[in-house]
Amino acid sequence: MSPLSPVNSVSEPLPEPASKRLVVDAQNISLTFETADGRVDALSNVSLQIAEGEFVSFIGPSGCGKTTMLRVVADLQQPSSGTLLVNGMSAENARLARSYGYVFQAPALFPWRTIEKNLKLPLEIMGFSEVEQQQRVQHYLSLVNLTGFERKFPWQLSGGMQQRVSIARALSFDPDLLLMDEPFGALDEIVRDHLNEQLLQLWKSTEKTVLFVTHSIPEAVFLSTKIVVMSPRPGRIIDIIDCDFPRDRSLEIRETPEFLKIAQRVRSGLRAGHSYDE
Amino acid sequence: MTNNSLALPMRASGTLACHRLVERYAPLATTILALVAIWYVAALAMNWTLVRDGFEREETPYTVTDVISGTMNAERPLLPAPHQVVSAFLDSVFGYPPLAPRSLVYHSLVTLSATALGFVLGALLGILLALMIVHSRVLERSLLPWIICSQMVPVLALAPIFVVVLGALGLQGLLPKSIISAYLCFFPIAIGMVKGFTSPDPLQVELMRTWSANQRQMLWKLRWPAAVPYLFASLKVAVTISLIGAIVAELPTGAEAGIGARLLAGSYYGQTVQLWAALVASAVLSSGLIALIALVERAVARRMGAH
Repeated sequence: MSPLSPVNSVSEPLPEPASKRLVVDAQNISLTFETADGRVDALSNVSLQIAEGEFVSFIGPSGCGKTTMLRVVADLQQPSSGTLLVNGMSAENARLARSYGYVFQAPALFPWRTIEKNLKLPLEIMGFSEVEQQQRVQHYLSLVNLTGFERKFPWQLSGGMQQRVSIARALSFDPDLLLMDEPFGALDEIVRDHLNEQLLQLWKSTEKTVLFVTHSIPEAVFLSTKIVVMSPRPGRIIDIIDCDFPRDRSLEIRETPEFLKIAQRVRSGLRAGHSYDE
Repeated sequence: MTNNSLALPMRASGTLACHRLVERYAPLATTILALVAIWYVAALAMNWTLVRDGFEREETPYTVTDVISGTMNAERPLLPAPHQVVSAFLDSVFGYPPLAPRSLVYHSLVTLSATALGFVLGALLGILLALMIVHSRVLERSLLPWIICSQMVPVLALAPIFVVVLGALGLQGLLPKSIISAYLCFFPIAIGMVKGFTSPDPLQVELMRTWSANQRQMLWKLRWPAAVPYLFASLKVAVTISLIGAIVAELPTGAEAGIGARLLAGSYYGQTVQLWAALVASAVLSSGLIALIALVERAVARRMGAH
């Protein structure tokens, strides 16, 4: 048993989540890789419920399985055991039903397509009409403040702008769920702060459910309604922290005692889960 | 003081040497001049005995100058001098109407048509094989060894067999030549396109998966555009090879027309100058074909957002 047993993991029956539909319902998910160096427990008995409209951050050191967890939800990897429901279906059916948009750490735009065409790519694949595609491109480009860049190619945009395009692309087909794997990890602090604020705005206006992987404690605390602290070898959840700042928070809340208290709890959770004697 | 003495000669010599055209073409021009000079010396040396023996056989008195001028203008030299090759080339290109049997333009067109058809067939075959290999591991293991084996057999040995077999099937003329040319040129395209089709970033492949794209969309919206740079690189290699294939195919078939036929006739009758002129024609053809592909490549790259 870890010294810091999950305080809120059996979360007290809040009225809100009870009334809302579960978007992710994971029970005892485990995932084991066979590698040349032996077995690696990427995930061990992970159970997690995420209700509609939540913003959930996964935080932990490298190798703690936070990205793996996201990939399992996305059906990019299959768990060795456990049950997982995404939007009430199996992960595979949820993927086939295009229930989520995925944002990687790298923008992964298609370099031979203009920004407009990059946004249209998932829409083309899903068979949206030409008119609808055009409308959505306009709408989602303005949502990420990139109107006017339709005809540019990805290399003509900065890293932060490219990542905004990739977020718009993930939103363009209006999935219920947004999966983000360290989307701002490669950007500098200032751009990151700015994009965090924009992401919060987006989340508020679209009411999506967001699963967000990060290394950064302030980022996690600032964005989330729920923070999942994970620990490596084996990858497991060691704490789930509710974080109920008002939906329209600004960067200034990072100076408040409440914010620092939660950040402190995340930090001690990370420390408890990490064995430093290695 | 030292500064001045250094700067002055540099600036003086800089006026001409720093001109943009000179800067750009001087190295190239120097190399060409050097090669031509070496060629002349070699022609002199190689034709020397030939010309001298000629004089001696006819028992005419001769001087060194006679021999030297003889080596430069021999009718059937071992190695023709550059100016002989150039004048023979120009003469056979411009000296006859384009479709006359003695015109190099005519022979080039004959070879070019076989090359073009062979190139198209080879490109299609190469791309098709690459698609099959990329989509199935079983096909990769069963096809790839044969593809590699096919290139180990010298085409000169295979060409007559092709001609005989295809002739028995009633195929003559252009098609057997094109098939031999295609047989040679599909290889770099198949290998290049396998690399190209598997070149997309894993993230892009996973994105397509998250959108549950089907196999066809995966091909047309990701694998194919990602393979375009590889396509052009391998097309450039393949087009030269398909020209060589078409020329080689003309040798054993006893073709009456085509660059290969000219080469064959030239070597039968010791017409070295004609032989060299035909070689120049094939070099001009293949550089023209490569330039054409490079032109298309640049237009396509611009449309695909190259910087």
